[in-house]
Amino acid sequence: MTATLDPQLKTTRRASDDRPAAARPARPAATKPALLIEHVTKRFTVGRKRKPVAAITDVSLRLERGEIHGVLGANGSGKSTLIRLVSGLLTLDEGRVEVFGHDIERDEMAVKRLINRVSVDAAFFKKLSPMENLVFAARLYGLDARAAKPQAIAILERLGIAQKRVGRPVEQMSRGMQQKVAIARALLTSPSLLLLDEPTTGLDPRSKLDVQSFIEEVRNSHDATIVLTTHDLAEAERLCSRISILNDGRVVAEDTPEGLKQLVATRYGEAPTLESAFMTWTGRSLDDDVEEDQSGGDE
Amino acid sequence: MTTVAHELKASYAFIERNFFLTRRYWGWELAFLVYSVAGALSISLIGADQGSPRLLLTLMVGAIFWNYLSVVFGWIAETIEIERWEGTLEYTMMAPIRRSTHLLGSVLYAMAFGLVHTAAILVVLFLFFPNMDLSQANFATVGLFMLLGSFSIVGLGILAAILPLLYVERGAQMAWVLQSLILLVSGVYYSVDVLPGWMRAISALSPATYVLDGVRRGLIDGAPVTTLLGEVWPLVVMGIVLIPAGLWAFGQAERYAKRTGKLKRVG
Ligand SMILES: Nc1ncnc2c1ncn2[C@@H]1O[C@H](COP(=O)(O)OP(=O)(O)O)[C@@H](O)[C@H]1O
Ligand SMILES: [Mg+2]
Repeated sequence: MTATLDPQLKTTRRASDDRPAAARPARPAATKPALLIEHVTKRFTVGRKRKPVAAITDVSLRLERGEIHGVLGANGSGKSTLIRLVSGLLTLDEGRVEVFGHDIERDEMAVKRLINRVSVDAAFFKKLSPMENLVFAARLYGLDARAAKPQAIAILERLGIAQKRVGRPVEQMSRGMQQKVAIARALLTSPSLLLLDEPTTGLDPRSKLDVQSFIEEVRNSHDATIVLTTHDLAEAERLCSRISILNDGRVVAEDTPEGLKQLVATRYGEAPTLESAFMTWTGRSLDDDVEEDQSGGDE
Repeated sequence: MTTVAHELKASYAFIERNFFLTRRYWGWELAFLVYSVAGALSISLIGADQGSPRLLLTLMVGAIFWNYLSVVFGWIAETIEIERWEGTLEYTMMAPIRRSTHLLGSVLYAMAFGLVHTAAILVVLFLFFPNMDLSQANFATVGLFMLLGSFSIVGLGILAAILPLLYVERGAQMAWVLQSLILLVSGVYYSVDVLPGWMRAISALSPATYVLDGVRRGLIDGAPVTTLLGEVWPLVVMGIVLIPAGLWAFGQAERYAKRTGKLKRVG
């Protein structure tokens, strides 16, 4: 099992599977959602006697294949925790998660092969070059290093990183560049479900646009389903087919960007913008840092 | 591709990556090697100073073995800490590989690195003390004890690697303390008989105690393995117990870290 992690490829292969239905492994049919999150809750206890903090409370989501689903929320609203729960980096306190029909707890390996993640901080071995980092990632996902290298160069080139840069330490690159390398690393493993946790936060406007158009391209050309967390409304509007608004760990609204705008206009008489939708449902502006006023949320 | 082949291939990812890191930090590695050589030499010179070939060999064995143990133990124990420090831990934990594969890669690199590092020291010592009398030495005994001891060191290293999973702030420091404790109680440079009773009790639990004993008896007295079974069986038992125990405990620690959010918090 190597590079063919793409469900599309699996489908074509299975289509010619002529074993009797009973002998075939349970196939996540086209009707299986790319990601199913059901009533998920996660609490953290920091320090011995502290009360647990509810980072995620009773969240349910359903993503169809090929969709870019936005998760919009202020700092500390639980976006990263939600992404980590789906990534298997945190265990669920309650609820369940399925990725293309695979339960993330019972079928951990299968799920791991299907997903990858980009976090807000481009996490690399900083003294190593992008290529060394990418080869490491490729090997972890069972890819052939010799095949992965030209692929990595192609992806990086598309992101505007010249081939002559791929041999120098990552630490010499700008934040924007590093974030692009992080996206390239994720794409190299052909994830069917790509989790992007604030991929453009802190980037300069130019890099931001680059990354955004690349995300669009990935959706169109790689048959990937994407979860994108952000606190950039324009970004959410541009990229996402559906948006969930997260506030204090709960989903307070979910719809298409258009739907959210209309709803806030007709139900609350507010301006039909995502901005006013966000304000209405969370009671705060997007730039608010809620971490401070979430008592007990910090050490 | 079979699962085993796939996992072996994946463990190579860690070997290669650690090699990349060594290559990139070569200046530090070289400095550390020079320090290790100087340390081993100075300690051996105490034996030369005392005019005792036996003491010289005893100290040399201690210095060389301690170097091997430190390097192997250190590389394994840092498996998690390195990645936490670089910030890549979550990505490696997300990868579709077994934890045993991850650790196997770490262990193989640690042992290869330890052997090269120790061989370099060995060469310098031989050049420095060309008149060493090894006519008595039983190298089969020496080799067997080093091999058996390696299993236990690996097991201890894996147990130490867990600490940073459990204690984000202090884990790496605890591993360091553990290593220091092994140095103190295992009779690296002196006979454990000089230790107070309670320390001797701990020294009986350290695999290094038996390895050093066995290697010295083989190298200096030429003792065949058959006369050292009292040192062999504790090492066999520790090797058999410590590695599976380490793997099991690692799994538990990983689960704990994922439950309590200890892998990473920010971002
Ligand atoms: N590993 C952790 N340990 C303890 N508390 C955490 C941890 N991760 C997140 N939290 C807390 O959970 C809440 C949500 O955090 P997070 O998911 O990082 O929000 P966001 O990504 O939206 O900024 C915050 O109150 C945060 O302090
Ligand atoms: Mg976050």
